[in-house]
Amino acid sequence: MSITVKFFASLREELNLDEVQLDPQPEMTALSVWQQATSKVNLPDKTLIAVNQEYAGDDVAVRDGDEVAFFPPVTGG
Amino acid sequence: MPVKIESAAYNPFDFVQDYQQQLEKRVGQGQYGAATIFIGSMRDFNEDHRVSNMTLEHYPGMTEASLESICEEAKQQWPILDVLIVHRVGEITPNDTIVLVAVWSAHRAAAYDANRFIMEALKSRAPFWKKELTPNGGKWVEHNT
Repeated sequence: MSITVKFFASLREELNLDEVQLDPQPEMTALSVWQQATSKVNLPDKTLIAVNQEYAGDDVAVRDGDEVAFFPPVTGG
Repeated sequence: MPVKIESAAYNPFDFVQDYQQQLEKRVGQGQYGAATIFIGSMRDFNEDHRVSNMTLEHYPGMTEASLESICEEAKQQWPILDVLIVHRVGEITPNDTIVLVAVWSAHRAAAYDANRFIMEALKSRAPFWKKELTPNGGKWVEHNT
């Protein structure tokens, strides 16, 4: 298994990252997933986080098999 | 309470008519006394610049889940019979319909209030992102008004 990390919209373009797979580590959080996936780029202010397609904070625990997504404020409608 | 993501241009009035016919078959004619329809379409300007076209990106899976959960919240708060949400993604040109929210209820207050609630929740929570093509190039819309 692994952790799937997705980036959307301006974040996807700025990081030049669409989707990455990470090997699970002990005691991962959404923030540590971000750091590992982006090689420690600072998490931009206002970035929204979803774990398994539900909004989450950056301190939420992430487990093997989870899908973690990072994206800017939404602008639909 | 269907939620549809459309990647091609659509006529919102056809969607409402088709869905209302299905609704009548399901719940019977005479059950609803009110329907409110919100249609959001693309302008050719935003704030202080021209916009020639736009790309709408979304997060497949989470988008549908988020819209369905917004519909459920509306149903908990108001006595509504049904909701239809359609949202466009992909390449969009001015005047194209972006979003349709239709709500059916027995009385008008629930249909008005639930429609407004769904639209505001969609704008603040559903994972869609707009990128405008302007005379100065591509520009991600940074926040909703």
